[in-house]
Amino acid sequence: MTFADGTHAVDDVSFDVQPGEFVTVVGPSGCGKSTLLRIASGLETNAGGTVTIDRSSIGYVFQDATLLPWRTVERNIELNAELQGMPKAERRAKAKEAIELVHLVGHERKYPKQLSGGMKMRCSLARSLVLNPKVFLFDEPFGALDEITRERLNDELLRLFESEKFAGLFITHSIQEAVYLSTRVIVMSARPGRIIGDYPVPFPFPRQHALRYEPAFAELCGKISADLKDAHS
Amino acid sequence: MKTASDLMGTDGLDKIDADAKLVEDFSAGAGMASDASKMAGPSRIKIILPPLITFAAFIGIWYLYSGTQYPIAAQRVNSLPFPHEIISNGFRPLWDDLNGFKPILEYMWVTVKVTLIGLAISIVLGIGLAVLMNFSKHLERALFPYAVVLQVTPILAITPLLTQLFGYELGPRLVVIVLIAIFPIITNTLFGLQSTDRLHHDLFTLNHVSRWTRLRKLELPSALPALMTGLRIGSGGAVIGAIVADFFFTQGDKGIGYYIRTRQQKASERPEMFAGTITATMFGVIMFLIVGWITNRAIRNWHESASRRR
Repeated sequence: MTFADGTHAVDDVSFDVQPGEFVTVVGPSGCGKSTLLRIASGLETNAGGTVTIDRSSIGYVFQDATLLPWRTVERNIELNAELQGMPKAERRAKAKEAIELVHLVGHERKYPKQLSGGMKMRCSLARSLVLNPKVFLFDEPFGALDEITRERLNDELLRLFESEKFAGLFITHSIQEAVYLSTRVIVMSARPGRIIGDYPVPFPFPRQHALRYEPAFAELCGKISADLKDAHS
Repeated sequence: MKTASDLMGTDGLDKIDADAKLVEDFSAGAGMASDASKMAGPSRIKIILPPLITFAAFIGIWYLYSGTQYPIAAQRVNSLPFPHEIISNGFRPLWDDLNGFKPILEYMWVTVKVTLIGLAISIVLGIGLAVLMNFSKHLERALFPYAVVLQVTPILAITPLLTQLFGYELGPRLVVIVLIAIFPIITNTLFGLQSTDRLHHDLFTLNHVSRWTRLRKLELPSALPALMTGLRIGSGGAVIGAIVADFFFTQGDKGIGYYIRTRQQKASERPEMFAGTITATMFGVIMFLIVGWITNRAIRNWHESASRRR
C-alpha cells in the first residue's frame, strides 16, 4: 500500500482472521499497523491488494475514545445505531445492555468531560457493541491509559470477546497486551511494514491476571521482543 | 435535558452562580460559560467589585475633566455635562414627552426592532453561507474573498449607493446591519465547521452517513462554540450598524441614532444627546449579556471553556 505522497506504508502483508480468533498486530511506531485497520474498515480506499470483510458488521475502536462531547454517555453509546437507522426503542434497549456490559451503569447522564480516561474508552467500546459486530477492529485503544486501567480493560475486553464471540483484529505496541489478549500475534517490521513473525498464542480461555507472570507467557513475549529488535537493526 | 447539577440538586446554587458569572463574563469579556456544580466560584463581591472600581474611576475622571475644562455651569451643561446633570436633564421623567425619557425609549424601540431583524437575517444568511462554503472548497474560494471585501467596504462612503438601491427607510438600515454583523458569523461558523475532529469524521464515515446527517449531527454541534463567538461579535456589530444607519437613513420610523443626531445640533440639548447615547449603549450591553446567556445555556454542559478560570 502506497500513499499518494509516495509514502510506502505497508508491503505485501497478508493474513486472515476467523470468527473466534483474536489477532493482534504489533510493530514499531509508524510501521503501518493503523493503515492496515484503515484499509480493512474501508476508511482508506486506494490500496493495492484485496480485503475481504463483512463491512455491514464492523466495530471500530479508535485510539481516542472519540465520544461526541455534546452527548451524554447513553446518547454517545446510541450513536452508531442511531446513524445506521435503528429504531429509537430498539437502540435504547441495546444501549442499556451495552452499558451494563461495560459497567457504566449510573453514569448514563454524564458528559464525556466528566469521565476518566478508562470510562471514556468503555463508553467507546459500548458504542460499538450496540451493533453486535461480527468483526471488531481495535486501533491501539488503550495506548493512552495508565497501566492499571489498561490491564483492567484488557480483562474486560477478554470477557467481552468470550461472551460476544466476534473476530478481533487488535493493534498495539505493547507486547504484553498483545500476548494476553490474542489467539495469534503478528509482528511487523518498520516501514514499509512487512510480516516478520507470526505466533499462535496457546493459553486457554478464560485467562486470568496471573497468566502475565507465568514463564511460558514471558517466553513468548521475549521471542516477539527479539523479533522487534531485529526489525529495527 | 437535565444537567449534572440538576441531578445533584444544586440547581438553585447553579443559578446564582450563573448570574454572577454573567457579570463576571461581562467584565472579563471573553469567558463563555460556567459550571458551578464542580467548585464554588469566587464570592459575588469579588466578582462585582473590580468592574465597580473601574466604573467609579471613570466617573471620577469625568467629573474632574468636565469641572476643570468648563468651570461655568451653563457652559458645561452645553458641552460636557456632569453625569448627574445628564440624569436630571437628559433622562427626564416618562411623562415629560417633549425631551424626556419617553421619546428616547420610543426611538430606541425602533432601533431595537431593526437590530433584531437585521441580526436574524445575518444569522440565517451567515450560517447558511458558512455551511455552503464548508460543503465545497470551490464555493469557499468563490465566495470568501467577497465576504472580506464587503466587510472592509467603508459603509459610510457607500450610503448614497445604498439609498439609490434600497431607499431611505428600513431597507438600507438592514443592509448596513447585515454588512457589519454577517462577517464574524460566517468566519467563526466556517472555522468551527472545519475544525471538526478528524476521528469523529472517520466515525461518521464508518457509519455511511449522508452529507446532511454529518452536518446536522457532527459538524454543526461541533461548531457551536465558535458559532456563538461569531454571534457575540456580530450582535455587537449589529447594534452599532443599526445606530449608524439611523444617522443616515432617516425616513420611516426614526431610530435612536436619529434622536442622538438631532440633539447634537443644538448645544442646549447636550444632556439629551448623552442620555440617548447611554441608552443605546445599554442596549448593546443587554444584547451582549443575552447572547452570553444563550451561549452558556447551549454549551455549558460539555465545552472546555465552561470550566476555565476556576
